[in-house]
Amino acid sequence: MARVVVDVMLKPEILDPQGQAVQRALPRLGFAGIADVRQGKRFELELEGPVDDAALARIREAAETFLANTVIEDFTVRVEEPQSSGDAA
Amino acid sequence: MSVRIGVVTFPGSLDDRDAQRAVRLAGAEPVALWHRDKDLHQVDAVVLPGGFSYGDYLRCGAISRFSPVMDTVIEQARGGMPVLGICNGFQVLCESHLLPGALTRNDSLHFVCRDQKLRIENAGTAWTNAYEQGQEITVPLKNGEGRFVADEHTLDALEAEGRVVARYLDVNPNGSYRDIAGISNAAGNVVGLMPHPEHAVEPLTGPGTEGLGFFASILKQLVNA
Repeated sequence: MARVVVDVMLKPEILDPQGQAVQRALPRLGFAGIADVRQGKRFELELEGPVDDAALARIREAAETFLANTVIEDFTVRVEEPQSSGDAA
Repeated sequence: MSVRIGVVTFPGSLDDRDAQRAVRLAGAEPVALWHRDKDLHQVDAVVLPGGFSYGDYLRCGAISRFSPVMDTVIEQARGGMPVLGICNGFQVLCESHLLPGALTRNDSLHFVCRDQKLRIENAGTAWTNAYEQGQEITVPLKNGEGRFVADEHTLDALEAEGRVVARYLDVNPNGSYRDIAGISNAAGNVVGLMPHPEHAVEPLTGPGTEGLGFFASILKQLVNA
């Protein structure tokens, strides 16, 4: 089954207090050197049919109208290649 | 003939009963509307109440906006029907694009619950005409994602067109841009408000009765229409 991933992130100019809270917690936990954290959402959409242009256009429409609020968020759509299982050690 | 004001119940709405009560105390007839019912049952105006519709999943108001009742509410609001969105209802109105901007997580990251002082910045809308221009009122506020944001161009336009309906005084509880607590659409029939006037309609259970004006306003508007 084909998988399409939609990543949704707050626009750069929108304050992300959750990301800031994570960033501030990192050094306290011993993870130094991280200058900034932005927190977003990842949607994994499993398609019934093939990933063709029409399917991707529909997914972009869904992302634009529903998965993301484009007043405050940007999104990207990408097709995830199927991973061959069992190769990794 | 009595004025009929619909109050929508979504799964997860909390303040629908209080909104109905406020409508009744103002002298109108509250009509319970159900999220799956497209029919507005001949109401003259609609209140979208506070709460956590659909658990605030995805984004606050994002799923409610696509519920069957909202198809009709959006269509009729564009045609001039008065709609007041309180708290979660404000979020639904922004997600529906009936109002500009968006409501995001409070800058403090804390859920804030307090009696909040407001200034009525526009006493000319369908929902604020019973107030004096510039009147200061205190009503409860309770939200986790109440921070109103919009781009500078939109904010300037809202200010210039008198569409900032209410502003926070003394304390900005959630980091809203320009202390904005409520806005209206261009026609003034659709108003979104983060604080809760429906919780300030009786002295026993609220900080006062200064919230009643929103419901008195709509009655005045509809009776004079």
